[in-house]
Amino acid sequence: MQSTLRPDSRITAGVVALASIAVLIGGAFIGLIVEGAHDLSGAAAAFDGYLLRVARFTLWQALLSTLLSVAPAILVARALSRHPAFPGRRLILQLFTVPLALPAIVAALGILALYGRAGYFAGVFARLGGGEWPGIYGLSGILVAHVFFNLPLATRLFLEALGTIPADQWRLASQLGMGARPAFRLIEWPVLRAAMPGIAGLVFMLCITSFTIVLTLGGGPAATTLEVAIYQALRFDFDPARAVVLTLLQIALTFVVVIVLTRLGANTVGDANLPVAPRRYLSAGRMESVLNAGLIALALLFVAGPMVAIVLSGLGADLGRLAGEEAVRRATVTSAGLAFLAALLGVTLSLALIAARRALAMRRRPGGAMSLLEHATDTGAGFVLVVPPIVLGAGWFLALRGVTDVFAIAPIMVVAVNAVMAMPFAIRAIRPAYDAASERHERLCLALGISGWTRLRLIDWPSLRRPLATGFAFAMALSLGDLGVIALFGSDSVQTLPYLLLARMGSYRTADAAGLALLLGLVCLMLVVAADWLGREGRS
Amino acid sequence: MTTTNDTAAQKGITVALDGVSFSYGETSFHFDAEFAAGRITAIMGPSGSGKSTLLNLIAGFETPDTGKVLIGGIDFGNAPPSARPVSMVFQENNLFAHLSVEANVGLGRSPSLRLGDADRAAVVEALARVGLTGKEKRLPRELSGGERQRVALARVLLRDRPVLLLDEPFASLGPALRDDMLDLVAGIHAEREMTVLFVTHQPEDAHRIGQDVAFLDEGAIAAIGPADDFFDRSGPDGFKRYIGDRGGTVAGSQHIARKRT
Repeated sequence: MQSTLRPDSRITAGVVALASIAVLIGGAFIGLIVEGAHDLSGAAAAFDGYLLRVARFTLWQALLSTLLSVAPAILVARALSRHPAFPGRRLILQLFTVPLALPAIVAALGILALYGRAGYFAGVFARLGGGEWPGIYGLSGILVAHVFFNLPLATRLFLEALGTIPADQWRLASQLGMGARPAFRLIEWPVLRAAMPGIAGLVFMLCITSFTIVLTLGGGPAATTLEVAIYQALRFDFDPARAVVLTLLQIALTFVVVIVLTRLGANTVGDANLPVAPRRYLSAGRMESVLNAGLIALALLFVAGPMVAIVLSGLGADLGRLAGEEAVRRATVTSAGLAFLAALLGVTLSLALIAARRALAMRRRPGGAMSLLEHATDTGAGFVLVVPPIVLGAGWFLALRGVTDVFAIAPIMVVAVNAVMAMPFAIRAIRPAYDAASERHERLCLALGISGWTRLRLIDWPSLRRPLATGFAFAMALSLGDLGVIALFGSDSVQTLPYLLLARMGSYRTADAAGLALLLGLVCLMLVVAADWLGREGRS
Repeated sequence: MTTTNDTAAQKGITVALDGVSFSYGETSFHFDAEFAAGRITAIMGPSGSGKSTLLNLIAGFETPDTGKVLIGGIDFGNAPPSARPVSMVFQENNLFAHLSVEANVGLGRSPSLRLGDADRAAVVEALARVGLTGKEKRLPRELSGGERQRVALARVLLRDRPVLLLDEPFASLGPALRDDMLDLVAGIHAEREMTVLFVTHQPEDAHRIGQDVAFLDEGAIAAIGPADDFFDRSGPDGFKRYIGDRGGTVAGSQHIARKRT
C-alpha cells in the first residue's frame, strides 16, 4: 500500500488551490462574523421592514423572471427543433449565445437605449399609451433584462434536451402517422419536463444573484435586491451592521436554492455549446409552421433588439474623443490587465483542481469511497456559486476597512474574486479534455518515467492547450465585463471599463456610456467567439 | 534498482510473485508463481481471472496488498513503474498521439526527450528492426494499427529491459498481421533473450510463440508449465474447459507453429 502514499505534485497543487479558495471565502466570512459580533444590537436592529421588503422583492423578481424566460423558451425551443431547416437557424442559435458573452451592464444599456425614457421606442410607446413614456426602470426593466439574458439560455438548453430524443422515436412517430399534438405530448413533453427543473433552477439562481441589472435598471427601495442593498449599505449609507445581515441573508438564500437545485439535478453552469440539429422525420403542418415562424421571429426581435440598440447608440457616441480620453485609456488598460490576471489565476486554479481530482480518482480502488479531499476537488469550485462576488467583496471590505485602505487593494480583490468566479466555467472547458488525455497517457507516462515538468511540457501541454485557451478566453470575458467587486472597491484611482461605464451612466453622460458599452461588448464577444472556436477545433 | 542502458542487451531475469495478494473491489487475487528467465510464457485464462492484474502488479501499475514482486531476485513491490526492469505494451494507447514516431520511440531512451546523436541513431536502428524505416516523422494517426504496435516494440528495443510484458497488444489485429507481430516478438526474443509474459485469448498465439503457459482461474494461477503439456490431451481440466474443443484444432495446426523463427 505504500505506493498510495507516494507524493504526487498534482495533489499538492490541488490542495494549494483549495486552500487559496478557502482563504478567499473564509476571509470574507470572518470579516462578516467579526463585524456582526462587534455590533450585535446594530445587526438585530437591521432586521426591519426594509430588509423583509428587499428579501421579498429579490425572490419575487427572480420568480417572475424565471417564469417569463422558461415558458416562452419551451415554445421557441420546440419551434426551432421542429424546423431543422428554418432559414437562418444556425445564425439565430449563434445570436442566442451572444447574451452569455455580453456583460450585464452593456445589456442594461442596450435595453435602456431601446425601451428607456429617451429610448428608440419611447415615441411609439408614448403614442400607444397616450402620455409620456416613463421608461422601464424598476421591476419591468429588471424583468426585460433578465428575460433578455435567460430566454436564449433556456432555449438553447431545452433545444439540447430535445436533441437527446433518439431518431428512432421520430421515425416510429412518423410511421404511426403521429400529428404535432400527440408527438408533443408523447415524445417532446416528457423530455422537456425532465429538463425543466434543472433549467428553471439555473435561471432562478442567476436572477437571484443578479447584481448589475438590478443596480442599473432597478430603482429606489421599491426595486432593490439583497445584493444591491449590500452594495448600498457599504458604499452609500455606510451601515456595516446592515451589510452583515443582508449578506448572511443572501448566503442563506443562495444556499437553500443551490441545495434544492442539486436535488433536482440542475446544471448550475450555463454552457456555450451549440446544439446540432438532428434529422427529423416528422414534418410540421402549414398552420404550425406559420405559428412557429412567428414565435421564432418574436424571440429573435426581442433578443436582437437590445444588441442592435447597443451598436446604434454606440456608433452615435463620439468614439474618437472617447478613445483619446485619459480616463478611458487608463480604464481599458486596467480592465485588460486585471482580466488577464484573473483569467490566468482562474485557469491555473482550475487546472490544479482538475489534476488533483484525477490523480485522487486514479488512486482510489474501484468501488472505494471518495475521500473528502476528492469531493472537495470535485465540487470545490461549485461552492463559489453559493457565495456571490458581492458577498465575498463585502466580507473582505468589512474585514480590511480598519486595517488598510480598502480602495487600494481593489486590484487584488478584483483579480481574486473574478478568478474564482470564472472557475466553474473554466473547469467545464478543461476537465473533459484533461481526463481524456490522462486516460490515454497515464500508464504510459508511469511506465516511461515521464513526470513533473517534463510531463507538463511534453505530454500535457500539447493536448491541453486548446481547452486551456478556451477556459482562459471565457474567464477573461467574464471578468472583463464584471461589475461586482469593482463596484464595491472601485475608486477614481482604480477604474475598470464597467466601472467607468457605470460612472458615466450615473452622471447622465449617456452617449459616452453607449460608446464604452459598444467597445466592452465587442471585446467580450470576440473573446467568447474565440473560446468557442478553440473548443470546437479541439474536439474535432 | 534501475537498469542500465549501456549494456548491449539485457538477458532475461526471473520474475516471481511470492504470496502476492491484491483486492480490487469485490474481487481478490492471490498469486504465487515463478516465471523462468529468458522464456516466453503465455498467460491465459477466462475474463476476470486476473491476467491483466498479474501484469499490472509486475509492471507496477498496481501495488500488492501483501507479498513480494521479485524481479531478478529483488523485491520491486513498491517501486514506481519506471524504476522496474520491465517494459510493457498495452492493447492500445501505447503512443502519444501528438508526438512523432521518432519521438515516441526516443522516449524509451530519455523520458524528457533529450536525445544525443547516438540516441537518434539507436531510434533509427530500432525502427528499422521493426520494419518502419522511413516513417520516423509520421504521427501515430497516420499509421495502421499494426504499425503503431511496431512503434511500441521499437521503443521496447530501445528501453532494453530484461522483462517484457505484453497485454494483448495484437488482439485487435487480423489473423495474418497478428502472426507477423508474434513472429516479430519471437525474433526480438531470440536476439535479446528477455523474459516475456504475454496475455492472450488465442490458443494459436500461445502455441505459436509460447514456450510455457500459465493458466489463470478465479484470481490465481491454476497451472503453469511447458506449452506442449497444455495442448496435448493431458492438459489441466480447467484449461481444456476454457479452450473448449479448439484443443484439437490447435494440435492439428501445429504446422503453423513450426514456422516459428
